[in-house]
Amino acid sequence: MNVLVGVGSPNASPAAIERTIRRAARVSDELTVAICSPETATDESLEATVTATLDDYDIAASTRHVEGQPGSELVDIAETEGFDEIVLAGGQTSPMGKITIDKTVEFVVLNAHTTVTLVR
Amino acid sequence: MNSERRFPETVSGPFEQPPVRFTDREGRDIEIRPYDGSEAEYEALAEMYVEFDPADRAQGIPPGRESRVRTWLDGILADDCYNLIAWDGDTAAGHSTLVPDGDDDYELAIFVLQDYQEAGIGTHLIESLLGYGHSEGINCVWLTVERWNHAAVSLYEKVGFETTGAESFELEMAIRLAEDD
Repeated sequence: MNVLVGVGSPNASPAAIERTIRRAARVSDELTVAICSPETATDESLEATVTATLDDYDIAASTRHVEGQPGSELVDIAETEGFDEIVLAGGQTSPMGKITIDKTVEFVVLNAHTTVTLVR
Repeated sequence: MNSERRFPETVSGPFEQPPVRFTDREGRDIEIRPYDGSEAEYEALAEMYVEFDPADRAQGIPPGRESRVRTWLDGILADDCYNLIAWDGDTAAGHSTLVPDGDDDYELAIFVLQDYQEAGIGTHLIESLLGYGHSEGINCVWLTVERWNHAAVSLYEKVGFETTGAESFELEMAIRLAEDD
């Protein structure tokens, strides 16, 4: 299975990114990590987290950077490049502990034609 | 968490302050007072949440298992949070809480045990929590609520919350208790 992981949700912690990539790696034959962030500064720390996760757990994956609206870009990439599934971190919580679904996750869930997995 | 959060310009209130005593619509004598930090009150709250109907959970809280309930309570009963409990004798019937968000504002949540719902307890729990928060110097309070939960949205609107964010799964609502310092 060809799996696309999107990372870069504003509230996703490094631990959440690691958990999401590891979960995706368990079900994928071919894994692509899309780093979604319009800001270069956070882009670098995101990339460091992704690289460390792939190294630490010996996961083979290609990485790429996504510009523009992350939700629509992820859906578009999945459709045009024949991915079977999109995997995102979906367990961000408010200070109270409420699960919150951010705009990127909502867009992907509502618009993707592939299966979408939210990792908690 | 999100420093772009919007708040109403108009100040709401004044609200009643705890302790608050009243007879609910079922004739039960209810007292609302701040959580005193004791083990007995903690255990009564834990018991309330273990009994909580899973259908009344919202956005993952209260959590389902007792161990997770306790971990969650440890967070929201911390010293920097404000908690009120509605008591029917020794039974915790409801709970409202203000948790700091790191931006000087507070996230609000309220829970009423199934047997005590639709008896007027929720309104007192939220109003007295806002009064309590105001007396402790809190200016702005926000919450998120699932958009289909009309009963909750109506309650929040009744006390003065305004919808400040409607572009994601959950509605975000906010209220101002005082002008900015």
